[in-house]
Amino acid sequence: MTQSTGHSAALDFAQPEPPDLSSGKYVKLWQGPQHPGITGNMSLELVLDGDTIIACKTHVGYLHRGFEKLMERRTFIQNFTVVCRIAVPEPTFNEYLYSHAVEELSGIEVPERAVWLRTMNLEMMRLASFLMWIGGQSGAFGQYTVPNWTLAYRDYVLDLFEEMTGARIYHMYIVPGGVRAGLPDGFEERAREIMKGAEKLLDQIERVMFHNVVFKARSKGLGIITPDMVDPYGIVGPNSRACGLARDIRKDEPYLAYDRLDFDTITGNEPDAYGRAYLRLQETRQSISLIRQCLDRAPTDGPFQADMPNVLHWKIPAGETYVKAECTRGEYGYYMVTDGTEFVRRVHVRGPSYTHAIAVMERLAVGTNIADIAGLMVSLHTYPPEIER
Amino acid sequence: MNEILDRLQRNFSISDISVRKPGLVTLKVGKDSAEILIRELRDREGYTHLNFIACIDYIEDGIFTLVYMLHNYASKETLGVHVDIDRESAEMTSIHTLWAQAWTYQRELREMYGINFPGSPRLEEDFCLEGWDQIPPMRREFDTKAFSEERFGHREGRHSEVPRDHMKVELYPNRGGDEE
Repeated sequence: MTQSTGHSAALDFAQPEPPDLSSGKYVKLWQGPQHPGITGNMSLELVLDGDTIIACKTHVGYLHRGFEKLMERRTFIQNFTVVCRIAVPEPTFNEYLYSHAVEELSGIEVPERAVWLRTMNLEMMRLASFLMWIGGQSGAFGQYTVPNWTLAYRDYVLDLFEEMTGARIYHMYIVPGGVRAGLPDGFEERAREIMKGAEKLLDQIERVMFHNVVFKARSKGLGIITPDMVDPYGIVGPNSRACGLARDIRKDEPYLAYDRLDFDTITGNEPDAYGRAYLRLQETRQSISLIRQCLDRAPTDGPFQADMPNVLHWKIPAGETYVKAECTRGEYGYYMVTDGTEFVRRVHVRGPSYTHAIAVMERLAVGTNIADIAGLMVSLHTYPPEIER
Repeated sequence: MNEILDRLQRNFSISDISVRKPGLVTLKVGKDSAEILIRELRDREGYTHLNFIACIDYIEDGIFTLVYMLHNYASKETLGVHVDIDRESAEMTSIHTLWAQAWTYQRELREMYGINFPGSPRLEEDFCLEGWDQIPPMRREFDTKAFSEERFGHREGRHSEVPRDHMKVELYPNRGGDEE
């Protein structure tokens, strides 16, 4: 499949004229900010003609905590406790990218053992996040068995995080210079056991969810992303891979230990909610395989932290960098500018939801039945905190 | 990348070309030709992906630096286009016709820095800060601590430490935090 989608002049980015609500023909409905079908605290301002959505506007800001501003007033080591909160279900990617940007700008080399532990940590995060997402997608279409299974099983993965890092959600494990600790005794056996169970669970989910006639009927044909939309809308990750584009930063611009792991970029040929869901199921299985490879190959001794300066006097040389990684939703990036002082000059966090939840969502929602809007939103896999930072 | 830079140098007045790391180059271009250069990069040079638009406030120089980060999937190279604009009359040409998500960035930059992008859709709509009546909060002169103290007041029983002093006492009690 082609790697370049090009830019189609036919794509119209113009904002549609707002419907005439005074005509009495339409109904305005707010979905969120508190709603079971919303992927976090955000809201959709919908205008309906009967059951059909004819206009959609995304509203964010309910979780705005000013992370980027906060980071400009804190020392480099203090920021490390801030960044993980930018994407609640996937804090690890923030930890890694913040650390990596700092390391690049200050010329710190990360020990080999830490490289492997970071890779495994990121893949465990992917597994936990996808388990939560699969439950969300199933629940959005009214199937509540799968969320019960996946959220319960995610807790086993969180147990592993607790063993590895001391925390279940905000791990603060990947720090500038390496990681905070090696693996505890017996971790490998327990991790392998949990991976085995996860694989079995995914097989069950495939049968119960993906072979289910209701799920198929409601998700097939919903929210179609065509290849010519991908670049003009900045679509990344599974949302772009589901329409056949083999783009995965882990493979295309490998970081950490990914160039030494055996995996292929998974692509799909059904660019709708069903196709995206199935692709994510496959990527969840792939993640299990990558965790096993890390367990097989990660060094068990050696340093896991580089020699670091006293953090109270830590000044990073003036510079600028952009680092990125493939999170569950696609390209996640940190743009960092330093000016030689002990404070960062500017950090910009680039999350995939910025476009998936706004430009893409507002376009795909039009013409959708109101009953399917939650399913559509989950199928784009959006996290509001990374939009409002 | 060198060939692209040569072509750009022939057609545009670009400066401060800097290789930040393999695969990441930044350059500076004047405000008036920025939109044409970005369009050229997208249409002729394969930089079809807009990673993000960001702003850096150089209050000491009286400028905002806008950063348009573009990526070429085929060559796997990223190019950061820097554009300096005057801080006091902050205005920039809109690129909302080039990428569908560009207007969202521009709307955010309007709210957070007060930069105007004439013609950009929904620019006047609140993005994150509903009913905000202070100066744009990402400007360097906006003091978050003073704002929160004034807005929310002091709550009895709560106090905060100066984090660095606290770390000196708690984390490095024997070192006094003096070593580099």
